[in-house]
Amino acid sequence: MLITCPYCGPRDVIEFTYQGDGNRERPDPVSQNFEAWNAYVYDRLNPAGDHNEIWQHSGGCRAHLRVVRNTLTHEISSVAFVRGDHGSAARSKAEDKP
Amino acid sequence: MAEYSALSLLANALKGNKDWKPAWRKPDPKASYDVIIIGGGGHGLATAYYLAKEHGITNVAVLEKGWLGSGNVGRNTTAVRSNYLLPANTRFYEHSMKLWENLSHELNYNVMFSQRGCLNLAHTPAQFDDYARRGNAMRHLGVDAELMTPAEIKRLIPALDISSEARFPVVGGLMQRRAGTARHDAVAWGYARGADRRGVDIIENCEVTGFLRDGDRVTGVTTSRGDIRAKKVAVAVAGSTGRVMQLAGVETMPIESHVLQAFVTESLKPFIDTVVTFGMGHFYMSQSDKGGLVYGGDIDGYNSYAQRGNLPIVDEVMSEMLALFPGLARVRMLRSWGGVCDMSMDGSPIITMGPLPGMYLNCGWCYGGFKATPASGWCFAWTIAKDQPHDFNAPFTLDRFHRGLVIDDKGQGANPRLH
Repeated sequence: MLITCPYCGPRDVIEFTYQGDGNRERPDPVSQNFEAWNAYVYDRLNPAGDHNEIWQHSGGCRAHLRVVRNTLTHEISSVAFVRGDHGSAARSKAEDKP
Repeated sequence: MAEYSALSLLANALKGNKDWKPAWRKPDPKASYDVIIIGGGGHGLATAYYLAKEHGITNVAVLEKGWLGSGNVGRNTTAVRSNYLLPANTRFYEHSMKLWENLSHELNYNVMFSQRGCLNLAHTPAQFDDYARRGNAMRHLGVDAELMTPAEIKRLIPALDISSEARFPVVGGLMQRRAGTARHDAVAWGYARGADRRGVDIIENCEVTGFLRDGDRVTGVTTSRGDIRAKKVAVAVAGSTGRVMQLAGVETMPIESHVLQAFVTESLKPFIDTVVTFGMGHFYMSQSDKGGLVYGGDIDGYNSYAQRGNLPIVDEVMSEMLALFPGLARVRMLRSWGGVCDMSMDGSPIITMGPLPGMYLNCGWCYGGFKATPASGWCFAWTIAKDQPHDFNAPFTLDRFHRGLVIDDKGQGANPRLH
């Protein structure tokens, strides 16, 4: 299986680390909503077909990627950076500084 | 006279083997049953058998999408063991082991259960200490376990590389002598025949396409062979748990489906007479009665419903095998295949009532479904019949994750690909 990293191009799956279901929403770190935390940690969508999932190119550029992959055929229909504009978070942090 | 015996073999042979009955009927589904079990694999069939035998509930249908035993019960590496650390797992799997020890006799069907032992190799002193701890935990609960030295291991498995030049030198091992292997197809067929003879309808080529509901309550299923109603609907579909629960409107589960590959080599003369596991990766091996070496390793590591795997795991399994047995480098692989495992968030199973009224759920078997087959069926039947779990499966609830009562034998956290 090849995953086409937006930075590095098509690379073998062994370069990537799987981080699972990309539909989960991490609660705000200060949240004390235990139900939301439990759901985030333990509950997964597990579809047979297109699955929205997170991979990290840990053996390459280390970017976190949002991959849509078919769990029946392993066909990958889209790969994008988890942050739409890669690096924008770092830039906006830098801009926040006085 | 038992249906299958030396005498019946002889009698049938003299009559030209014309009078053997099929091991199970091929009935059409009735309009309703007391209990429907979705999934005609080992666990579903065992559940039907124990419902009929232990609880007298015989108005039962087992619905199987494909043919009987076409899923994981025929795709595993056939190892049976009860060498767990945590009490909930140890008690459950030891109950399973005790059922295994009498299974051929009980079913009047030879499942070829062979207690040839299972040896976990330790490659560091720390790992050996950890195995000592697990062995002590097992013995504390009455399960057999013994530590072995490298010299003892070499006598047991002469082909194993235990030299100090090995990539991961062997410093010892934890042996469970009562562990072993069984012929997996025979387990499915034996339970199917036992259930069928007690009146259970086993309905193959019958795919469940949805659930009949009365408000929240599940009152039956829609299938490719028509609607079937039932007072109780039990789900035992292993890797397909996510798909079937979505049909019932349960979108998220503490389960991910992953593919696990297995491999078998060409037949060799007797080479190894135990099950051996590698401690520095994930590799396990035994020799089948036909002579093929059976190799297993890690899951592929990402969600998959494809019953076939990818090449990186082939590479990993073979390199770990060669680290232990350099002498097998030239042995050719005959076949490989994949099965879809229902990996739970703590590596332990779920056998429970619910999550909807009228529904019962059996899933989360990770790598370990085959050895659990008898106890899984036994406990699930108890739970369905009595509407409460037996002590053996009481800890294996669905809500344990949200209640902080996880049973994480390996201590990996909620990361199914690492269990």
